[in-house]
Amino acid sequence: MEKFSYVNATSLEQVATLLSDSRWGEVMLIAGGTDLLAELKEYIETPKTLINLKTLPGMDGIKADAAGLTIGALTTVADIAKHPTIRHHYTVLAEAAGSIATPQIRNVGTLGGNLCQRPRCWYYRDETTNCLKKGGDICFAVDGLSKYHAILGGDPVYIVHPSDLAPALIALGASVKIVGPEGEKTMPLEDFFTLPAANPFRENVLQPNEIVVEVQVPPAKPNTKSFYLKAREKGAPDFALASVAAVFEMNGKTCVAASIVLGGVAPAPWRSKEAEAVLTGKMINETVSKQAGADAVKNAQPLNDNAYKVTLTQNLVSRAAMMATS
Amino acid sequence: MASWGEASESRLIGKRIPRLSGRDKVTGKAKYTFDINRPGMLYGRILRSEVAHANVVGVDLSEAEALPGVKAVIQIVEVGNKIRYQGQEIAAVAAETDDIAKDAIRLIRVDVEELPYVVTEEDAMRENAPQIRDDWAGNQSNPNVREEGDINAGFEQAAVEVEATYHTPVQTHVCLETHGNVAEWEDEQNLTVWASTQGVFGVRDDLAGSFNLPVNQVRVITEHMGGGFGSKFGPGVEGRRVAELARITGRPVKLMLTRKAEHLVAGNRPSMTQHVRAGATSDGRIIAYDMKGHGTGGISSGAGFQAPYVYHVPNRRTERVNVAVNVGNQRAMRAPGHPQGAFAMDSLMDELAEKLGMNPLEFRRINDPSEVRQAQYTLGAQEIGWHRRNSVPGAGKGVKKRGIGVGSGQWGGGGGRGTQARVTINADGTVEAVTGTQDIGTGIRTAIAIIVAEEFGLAPTDITVKVGDSGPGLRSGGSGGSQTTPSVAPVIKTAAAAAKQKLFERIAPQLNAPVGDMRVGNRTIYVVSDRTKTIKWELATGQLGMESISEGGEWDEELRQDRVAGTQFAEVEVDTETGAISVIKIVAVQDCGLAINRLTTESQINGGVIMGLGQALLEERFMDAQTGRMLNANLEDYKVPGTFEIPEIKSIVFDTHRKVTGVGEPPCIPTLGAIANAVYNAIGVRIRSLPITPDKVLDALAAEKA
Repeated sequence: MEKFSYVNATSLEQVATLLSDSRWGEVMLIAGGTDLLAELKEYIETPKTLINLKTLPGMDGIKADAAGLTIGALTTVADIAKHPTIRHHYTVLAEAAGSIATPQIRNVGTLGGNLCQRPRCWYYRDETTNCLKKGGDICFAVDGLSKYHAILGGDPVYIVHPSDLAPALIALGASVKIVGPEGEKTMPLEDFFTLPAANPFRENVLQPNEIVVEVQVPPAKPNTKSFYLKAREKGAPDFALASVAAVFEMNGKTCVAASIVLGGVAPAPWRSKEAEAVLTGKMINETVSKQAGADAVKNAQPLNDNAYKVTLTQNLVSRAAMMATS
Repeated sequence: MASWGEASESRLIGKRIPRLSGRDKVTGKAKYTFDINRPGMLYGRILRSEVAHANVVGVDLSEAEALPGVKAVIQIVEVGNKIRYQGQEIAAVAAETDDIAKDAIRLIRVDVEELPYVVTEEDAMRENAPQIRDDWAGNQSNPNVREEGDINAGFEQAAVEVEATYHTPVQTHVCLETHGNVAEWEDEQNLTVWASTQGVFGVRDDLAGSFNLPVNQVRVITEHMGGGFGSKFGPGVEGRRVAELARITGRPVKLMLTRKAEHLVAGNRPSMTQHVRAGATSDGRIIAYDMKGHGTGGISSGAGFQAPYVYHVPNRRTERVNVAVNVGNQRAMRAPGHPQGAFAMDSLMDELAEKLGMNPLEFRRINDPSEVRQAQYTLGAQEIGWHRRNSVPGAGKGVKKRGIGVGSGQWGGGGGRGTQARVTINADGTVEAVTGTQDIGTGIRTAIAIIVAEEFGLAPTDITVKVGDSGPGLRSGGSGGSQTTPSVAPVIKTAAAAAKQKLFERIAPQLNAPVGDMRVGNRTIYVVSDRTKTIKWELATGQLGMESISEGGEWDEELRQDRVAGTQFAEVEVDTETGAISVIKIVAVQDCGLAINRLTTESQINGGVIMGLGQALLEERFMDAQTGRMLNANLEDYKVPGTFEIPEIKSIVFDTHRKVTGVGEPPCIPTLGAIANAVYNAIGVRIRSLPITPDKVLDALAAEKA
């Protein structure tokens, strides 16, 4: 990696000052470092300054009460996975957290880092390949090897968003709190992520001088069932070939409300309004669940090597729906 | 005639003895080459090409040389040389820290004139493809054609025929410890190298030649080794260059390959594609076999594979070519040519059996000439519960479907001459066994201790075993071809027997008994005909005084045997909605002759099965035609089995005789066919291309449906 200066953060104000005039990649934030260190070592990122967020007070921890969940950005993935309230009432989130990487990575990787992590695309991660995401002319996945790439929302960059927590949190209706030069703001996590058509270089709306500080999850409704289904090639560690975060509010076998968010298939966590529309208000049975799966992928546009993801995603959505009935 | 004695007489041989180095390995105390740090040591790094094919037009080392902390920079390619694959060595540096070395190689300026390249076989074989080897028209070697019997007459007798294409991609070795060495010159004429190698003497001889030194002035040490699988013979470019860096700087230098370089240049198992047409008679005999195939070993040749395999095929024609691509070269990899050949043949066997309406195991029984495997079929079928398999493939109910399959393999592993060893009995009762072999993880260190301890009535932990060092000058061959134990064990056995004989001769007058009447057991020498005549081991050896006993041994053909047969059965579960395959159980019945140590023999079988499973379900090198680069030169996208993938493995040591045979390689062979056939039995759709990943399962099921 290139040399950089290293600053232990003492307050959000100090971080804001350090970030104030920076452009992307000049000043970077590090928490668990499980993604960033690899990028530094591979010369994908070459910041001049790294700000260590782990020294910030009060930014980790999970608060669970009648208002829902408040999770600090520095909370580790492991703490989310094992939190009793999350396991019981926000199952999809605990399952997503537990599916990530390895125990070692879950012990240091943080919520904020997981949401802001960069793509795993093998062209993007190769220092010598100047792909569109890094300012080059083409997305090499289009004519290249695209087994792990996007089937939805890709154009013009066909990366997939690698986060497992993001689909789960979006399915739970989470919001994200961001601190920037104008103070703090809160937005639906769903709106935080962007597609390459809007900005091929970034995966979210965060500005270089902003920082994610917290995620809020509304209280779980009664009669809610939720699941995170993650298909991968090996047990661990492996990123999703496709995943489904599903939250159902049920009345017996009838689905009162459904929230279906796909991971591993699009450059951003992909909310499937189509699948939700099929399921909402319906008695869930095999026909309905199959229709939900089919509708979830009806706009999919696979590349050369990833048509299987269409089938896979369809099946996972159907499976999640059927699980809501049991 | 030398013999290992009867099983009933063995106190240690054939039992399950814990590995002597086990505790050191799991506690981290064991020092691998990667762990060697010498006083004043520098760190070496190699700059490698990122382009696949180019002419070198300029190399500028000056900026790297000027970087503070850099002690030496050497150029490996010359202007005018050709780069022929990504990862090819350009220059090397030695610096005070590894970080400085890494910075330094990035300061080396290389100007190249890029040339058209091909990195996939498909591209290489295309008409008008860039010609990347002057001696191979169309990037292909001359076909190697072999014929036996009368293939046309064979097909005329066939009642059924199968025509299919089977493919296995390039697999890399993925040694957990990457290749590398620490080199240190004592003076200008004496070099010591700690090497991660399968052959300390091979490395010694190569380096002695490279530096024009007498062989006894180069010492190579490999105390513990983190995996080689056939890729770690000889010092390689990195080994010669690190010795050069150490000589230039006058300081020890460590240079270990990066994980990326390990994938790119440290060897691989060639790919295989075979188009085969085969026929069988109505009574279940394979009668004709016509195979045309190719594979790539990189820019070099060496992409051979076994076809047909194991089963008797009277009439056959085979045609093979090597395809050249601009990618790093193949090296021997655990049973070269066998796993890929076995996958194709065992798949074909099942396809023929199905056309005949025969049980695939019965079909094998008819066509398999090996009596050992015939017995293994019975045992393995019983262990896996063969009767539980789907009589109609894919007929199982539900989303998750189970299936059972079988595969076969064979290997040599008979060992040979060329090992020197000494067994020494000291006056204080300690015993030392020294030989120039190396323990590459297979457990030869423990096997040597067992053999000597058995001979002397001691415990294996009483024996000091010194291996992995060329210093004593007791030569042994490289550890490859499953040859180590059958090469080394007979020599140790005869050396120990000779030392015992000498000790008996010394003690005989005192016991007043003929040597032939003396035995040793339980740390005591006694006389068979008069059990009152005994002497404790330490008292006996105490009389040696200054004259330790030290005896060499001879390799004895009677103590070993060549050729082993193996059979494996797999049970898998396929999730038909996600394409995920879980291997539930593998039964591995491995012929191995006399297992010196049953525990480490089982470990070898377990390891082979896991490697076979990786090749069957996970491993594949991805080359990108657009950039000429390998896309998964890491352990994130190059996927090897982890704990979740490893099934219940029933390793059955099928010891049919009391002679030693190696089993390092054979257990990785039958796994592929067994798993592929089990997947077919589960889902009723055949996947003829490895690895069988979820995408292929889903695509195959979708195609079947359509």
